[in-house]
Amino acid sequence: MKQAKVKFILASLVIMLLSSFVLAQTKLDFWSWRVEDIDEYNQIIQRFEAENPGIDVEFQAFEASTYNTVLTSALTAGEGPDIIHVRAYGNFETIAEPGFLLPLNDKVPALEAFPKLAVQGQTLRSDGQVYAVPFASQTLLVYYNQSIFDELGLTPPETWNEFLAAAQAIKDAGLIPIANGTATAWMDEVLVGALAPSFYGADFYNEVITGETDFTDQRFVGALKKLLELRPYLAPDFEGVDYATAQNLFLNELAGIFIGGSWEIANFRDQNPDLNFDIMAPPAAEAGSPRLVSWFLDGGYAVNADTENQDVAVKFANFLASQEFGQQLTDTLANISPVPGVEPNDPLLKKVADFNKNATPYIMLVGFRYEEPTGSVLLQERLPGMFAGNISPEQVAKETTEGIAGYYEPFQ
Amino acid sequence: MGIQRQTTNKESSRFTLPYRSRRILWLATLLVPPLLFFLTFVVYPMVTALIYSLYEWEGIGRVGFAGLENFRKLLFDQPFQGWTLNAFWHNVIVFVTLMIVQNGVALLLALLLGNDPWGTRFYQVVFFLPVTLALVLVGFQWRLFLNPLIGIVNRFFDVVGLEALSQPWLGQASTALFALIIVNAWRWVGFPTIVFLAAIRSIPYEYFEAARLDGANEWHVARHVTWPLIAPAVTIIVILTFIGSFNWFDLPYVMAGVDGPPGRATDVLGLYFYRTAFGEVSGGIQDFGRGSALAVLMFLFILLVSTFWTRILRSREVELS
Repeated sequence: MKQAKVKFILASLVIMLLSSFVLAQTKLDFWSWRVEDIDEYNQIIQRFEAENPGIDVEFQAFEASTYNTVLTSALTAGEGPDIIHVRAYGNFETIAEPGFLLPLNDKVPALEAFPKLAVQGQTLRSDGQVYAVPFASQTLLVYYNQSIFDELGLTPPETWNEFLAAAQAIKDAGLIPIANGTATAWMDEVLVGALAPSFYGADFYNEVITGETDFTDQRFVGALKKLLELRPYLAPDFEGVDYATAQNLFLNELAGIFIGGSWEIANFRDQNPDLNFDIMAPPAAEAGSPRLVSWFLDGGYAVNADTENQDVAVKFANFLASQEFGQQLTDTLANISPVPGVEPNDPLLKKVADFNKNATPYIMLVGFRYEEPTGSVLLQERLPGMFAGNISPEQVAKETTEGIAGYYEPFQ
Repeated sequence: MGIQRQTTNKESSRFTLPYRSRRILWLATLLVPPLLFFLTFVVYPMVTALIYSLYEWEGIGRVGFAGLENFRKLLFDQPFQGWTLNAFWHNVIVFVTLMIVQNGVALLLALLLGNDPWGTRFYQVVFFLPVTLALVLVGFQWRLFLNPLIGIVNRFFDVVGLEALSQPWLGQASTALFALIIVNAWRWVGFPTIVFLAAIRSIPYEYFEAARLDGANEWHVARHVTWPLIAPAVTIIVILTFIGSFNWFDLPYVMAGVDGPPGRATDVLGLYFYRTAFGEVSGGIQDFGRGSALAVLMFLFILLVSTFWTRILRSREVELS
């Protein structure tokens, strides 16, 4: 009797132990810089967890400007998360090149159907392997205040001259035409990225990448010169107007136009739900010529090469590459997902997707952000001076080219 | 004392260690924690930075021994050399201007308060108040104050009829660094004031009295009695201002940004280091090697110059005996 009791207890202990193994939650740490998207990510993750019992994904977001520092410190100390939200292009390579990420080519079959340009942003140039599932693309475009335009009887301008005329009309009405200033350097590059392509044309990117031409090309210099025509219409004392001030000018309906990225859509709606705004593709150089937008991949989801839960992490990466996830991301976060088959339902996102049909890569980020001094650094350093009238567009172009030529063979 | 110690020794020798060993053990217990702290948080990062600076880095991965290549790049290769010199020059400007504006004003205030005018305590508190505020808060507030559209600084100039002074202070290459230095001086002026004031107050009153009896005026008293006798305080303030100026990071980071806008007009070594080691999110690529090399150069420069300077200044101090 006693023996049977002991056996019974032992047996139950063994069963309990086994079941605890079976029911054990595999925890995946997922790090990102998207602090503003925590709730939406958690909702999407909850649905994944419901379909995949036993997997517990913990989403943690860090402030964007410190994310790089936090992530790289953790990775070098061998303590990074299982799933890593990485940026694209050069910034992505700083993590992928030293081997911190798991190659995903064979592990995430869906990647094959992704648009080439999107996958390129998460491909390590030295080995051609894809290390992250592309998550969203961004487009540089023009925002305008619909109410102000209606009130002044303005229609969205199609050409550069119409654009300047509209700006003049807003100015005459006592409002600030264009909210942008030049105090935040990366926003200056955005200004160039949004408005210059329609002037330098669709072929310029490939020609400059192959070294057929460089930035001293008249097409690029000419585009920079055109940008100087904006000066009377930018925010007053624009040299001192930073990104946040520019956003506020547009949000508070003090300015009629804001030039920026598609990431503002969700932000503007959130900050001022009453703001009646719309978007348009940057104006064409002249009537009949194409209205090009700058396009870039914002980042991707990578798997830590040292994760102890590789299988589960890869499973989650496959979910992140699925149409189901892409659609949720597009619908809840107002981001354009590059997952094939995803169709935006939002009217503004539909427009963005439409603009993307006439897109050229955001030139410095996609092409020249792999080595120091990056094209972005060189350009951003000089643009405030150019807008202030201290250096000429020719000088900006020449110095930028020389800076890149230091390491970029096609320019030498 | 001696008898007591003997008794303790006698009693304890049976059970415990002799007095000398116990004393050593006791000292060790007190010294080890701070020593460990110092080794972990000061020596270890310094040694790692030195090692990192000797390697070539690909992104955040260390690839191969590079010798002094990172240092060579920073000092002799364009555009790095240009950035290094530009940032260094700005640190020099910061130091010199702070010495004149911040410490000069502080000395003046201390001399005025040293005479114990009416309301001394009140002014002391007023001058010191900004020092107690969080620097991030000060930077953020002043950034708003200096905003060309909504800031109170330009509003003020407009109201008093000085429209010409209504400028985008932080957005112009010619004024941005100067604006940051003034804010820094506003924040810190209370500290040297208090140090100088304490030094002035420690001077025996008879010295002033003797000088005045000999017919010295206020300027003579300040120049020939007060100044030499507060020399030790001046040494401390000069050295602290020097170290602070060359490590300057937080205020320009909060008020201007990591890229030293506009167009590197506010770039200083601290920002340049941060940008190099951790990358500009919106433009640059990080390089631990070059970043560490820069940190090593900054450390050596500050160490050597401040040691040298302390010696010179100390030798000129007049000891108050």
